Amino acid sequence: MTAGAELRLPGQPLDDGELVFGEPWEAHAFAIAVRLHERGLFTWPQWATTLAEEITRAQAAGDPDTGSTYYHHWLAALERLVAETGAASTENQERTRQAWRRAAHRTPHGHPIELRADDFEQ
Amino acid sequence: MARGVLRWAVMGGHGHGHGHDHDHDDEYSELDPMDVRVRALETLLTEKGYVDPAALDELIDTYQTRIGPRNGARVVARAWVDPEFRDWLRSDATAAIASLDYTGRQGEHMVAVEQTDDTHNMVVCTLCSCYPWPVLGLPPTWYKSAPYRSRVVRDPRGVLAEFGVTPPDGVELRVWDSTAEIRYVVIPQRPEGTEGWSEEQLAELVTRDSMIGVGLPLDPMPLGSGGNPT
Repeated sequence: MTAGAELRLPGQPLDDGELVFGEPWEAHAFAIAVRLHERGLFTWPQWATTLAEEITRAQAAGDPDTGSTYYHHWLAALERLVAETGAASTENQERTRQAWRRAAHRTPHGHPIELRADDFEQ
Repeated sequence: MARGVLRWAVMGGHGHGHGHDHDHDDEYSELDPMDVRVRALETLLTEKGYVDPAALDELIDTYQTRIGPRNGARVVARAWVDPEFRDWLRSDATAAIASLDYTGRQGEHMVAVEQTDDTHNMVVCTLCSCYPWPVLGLPPTWYKSAPYRSRVVRDPRGVLAEFGVTPPDGVELRVWDSTAEIRYVVIPQRPEGTEGWSEEQLAELVTRDSMIGVGLPLDPMPLGSGGNPT
């Protein structure tokens, strides 16, 4: 909780002293959802409903739901909507995840990880 | 993101019993599972033309550096100095806020609720974490937490006290539950002792928490001596 103390640091890219995104993937998951909505892939109420369902599901599975796992739920909602709207199937998502893992495993430390066509081959 | 400390694992000798393979793996990268999932989505959606990585980067930059509670603070300060704007905000907050160029991406309907001597308003989203992004940026962690989402409805006074705000007994507490269609923003009361202040000076007093209703604007005289005017 940031209750009480309000730090004033003009020009800082923070949300009253708190980082807007904890990790880069959170920012990307956020931006993808906003863009897909803009493209009309889903309505915002549809998004909010899916996100609420994912939060409820995670809570039931024991997630402490303290706000720090918010973007985990966000990503789960995003993956589901992407599959449900037919933009990319669950199988295709898993196949691409596999490819990224392979790309990481063949990339020496300190080098940028880039996806190649052969990462998709078994 | 790559785990930069993997080499230390080799030095430490975990003794997994598959020596060479292990050493080999440790010289290569590994991605965090969440990172893998987001990269996969971005790859697929880029291929299919749904997103453009450059546009995503731009959007992220906008949210990280340009959109934040300062937008809301300017809305509040304008309402404090301009009665006409204040009336507009009361009757059609969506349009009044849009007139300052803070428009929502989600096309949500904005409603402004005012703090008065008799009423203290607080905002929550009990279901997920709907939040007035265009004026407040992205929500703080506590706003997204289950304890806040559930407790603020049951025990608003208790939650407020934890934020250091204790309205007098006669004050009615109202909790507004945001939805995907309606976002609430709280207009705090203008602090006393700010007569003649400019809109810009006033905006400096408006905190994010005061626009969610769990805080008050900053004290114009932080020393609180009651005298000593500058």
